[in-house]
Amino acid sequence: MRFLTHFFFRMLLTLAACVFGLQARAALEIQVTGGAASRIPVALIPFQAAPGSPAPELTGIIGQDLLRSGLISLVGTAGSQRPYEPAQIDYGVWRGKGADAIVIGQVIGQPGGRFEVRFRLMDAVRQTQLTGLSFNVGPDQWRAAAHKIADIIYEKLTGIPGVFSTRIAYVQKRGAQFELRVADADGQNWQTVVRSRESIISPAFSPDGQRMAYVSFEDRKPIIYVQSLRDGSRRTLAAFKGSNSAPAWSPDGRRLAVTLTRDAGSQIYLINADGSGVSRLIRSGAIDTEAVWSPDGQWIYFTSDRGGSPQIYRVSPGGGGVKRITFSGGYSVSPDISPDGKYLAYIRRDEGRFRVVLHELATGQERVLTDTAHDESPSFAPNGQLLLYATLVNGRGVLGTVSLDGRTRARLSEPGTDAREPVWGP
Amino acid sequence: MKRIILPMLVLGILGGCETMGVSDKEAAIEDRSAAKPAPAAAEPAPAAAATSGMSSEQPVQGQAMGDPRKDPANILSKRSVYFDFDQYVVKDEYRPLVDAHAAYLNSHRNARVAIQGNADERGSREYNLALGQKRAEAVRKALSVTGVQDAQVEAVSFGEEKPRSTGTTEADYAENRRADIVYGDE
Repeated sequence: MRFLTHFFFRMLLTLAACVFGLQARAALEIQVTGGAASRIPVALIPFQAAPGSPAPELTGIIGQDLLRSGLISLVGTAGSQRPYEPAQIDYGVWRGKGADAIVIGQVIGQPGGRFEVRFRLMDAVRQTQLTGLSFNVGPDQWRAAAHKIADIIYEKLTGIPGVFSTRIAYVQKRGAQFELRVADADGQNWQTVVRSRESIISPAFSPDGQRMAYVSFEDRKPIIYVQSLRDGSRRTLAAFKGSNSAPAWSPDGRRLAVTLTRDAGSQIYLINADGSGVSRLIRSGAIDTEAVWSPDGQWIYFTSDRGGSPQIYRVSPGGGGVKRITFSGGYSVSPDISPDGKYLAYIRRDEGRFRVVLHELATGQERVLTDTAHDESPSFAPNGQLLLYATLVNGRGVLGTVSLDGRTRARLSEPGTDAREPVWGP
Repeated sequence: MKRIILPMLVLGILGGCETMGVSDKEAAIEDRSAAKPAPAAAEPAPAAAATSGMSSEQPVQGQAMGDPRKDPANILSKRSVYFDFDQYVVKDEYRPLVDAHAAYLNSHRNARVAIQGNADERGSREYNLALGQKRAEAVRKALSVTGVQDAQVEAVSFGEEKPRSTGTTEADYAENRRADIVYGDE
């Protein structure tokens, strides 16, 4: 084909470390349990595969990513022709199935066990190409390629940047072992950041994604550490007398809000990212904890029981302007703020059930997003369109995502283990 | 610590072929971001793998004979103070226990204790950590008013992270609403 000759200005960033592979690991299940009323119907046609290529999985991952977003639906492709070049597409067939867009592609074997993955996103109505890209991937990169393709499709169709190539962190309990892991946004492809025989909680990515703060109980009490995700080195951030917990990075990454008990009960302090310059943010005789910064750095939201029950409050980083935000329940904890600063997500207890609630800050309007009973740790995706959270299913900790309308939920779970404390990274 | 770099995606533009006459210049911009560097899979400091192996209830072998804290007949061998649901007040029934430890600490100025607060598993882990801290703090204050020095006592919390009882009945939860007194030499 002629077009093969005029591809590429190709970035050959093949690094020496290519041999470091991610082993195949137990699969997580993704269940989409609902859907929005108006989703964009897409025909994701299984890519034509070279012998031994991972094309079926590739298309499957792209499809699960798109479905999980809640904004896209997939048109059935079984029994239909499988075009992989634009000229092969019979648009009448796909329009007849209701598709507004068509994704075609192929995987071509390359020397050295590499693959070339080509895909095109076609407008089914105008019969034009919306985008087309080629990826040259090693055998361990097809997941990354699939997420990248899903991001491109999602952004082209919705105008919103995709988050499928971003990372999440969570804590996995296996027997008596705790592992802090960083994984792809679908929970796959995980790598261990730190392993311990004692609990690890409250992981928090630095804004640049290069470091992680977390709380470990390995030394007989909760201590906050900051660990480099590049080289694994770590430092103690806060190990003051008493308990040290709930780290939250400021948007500029230069300091953190933390909960310390060194002077009194659990109170919020600000501390520089190198552990210097500790200062108390606010004084109360009550519990103040679970700080999180608004993305513009203007406010710190936190949980306090100063009103008699735990509720979400906010305060300026200078310590002024304390204001109560939640009033609708008797137990409201674990705030997170959307990247655009418009929404608060938190956990509210209603009649013994702990569920994820979305609160619009301008109006105070609220919506319960989940129908489970033991939800914890809601965390916004970088594009603000999904929330990641932990819950219990049959007594087992699992991670889930939910769209902001609450209508699309997916479960990321690994059989036989216990996942908790998720956080969505940049 | 070795540096591990994930292989990056090699990207290229799949432009429209000549027969289509459609190319996608825009795509050339959005595909630059490639794969992000992945975190290193590492066990950081040796401390990461360490476990305390500490159990607040087990007598230590080889202790000096006659340590009253090890004598099951002595109230000093009792270490756990239980709290009611959502409560942080040391109940009257635990006064003799707290007073006995206070007397021991006041007569052994070199002795050090950690008060380890706990909470049941319901709700937020961080908020439960704060609740456990409140329980530990209540015991610490009860010791303090008898003259025990601040330097002798550290109130810490395990929140819901180290449950003594792992069930989900009310009895299990009650077992975990607790503060334990643990001596530094144990």
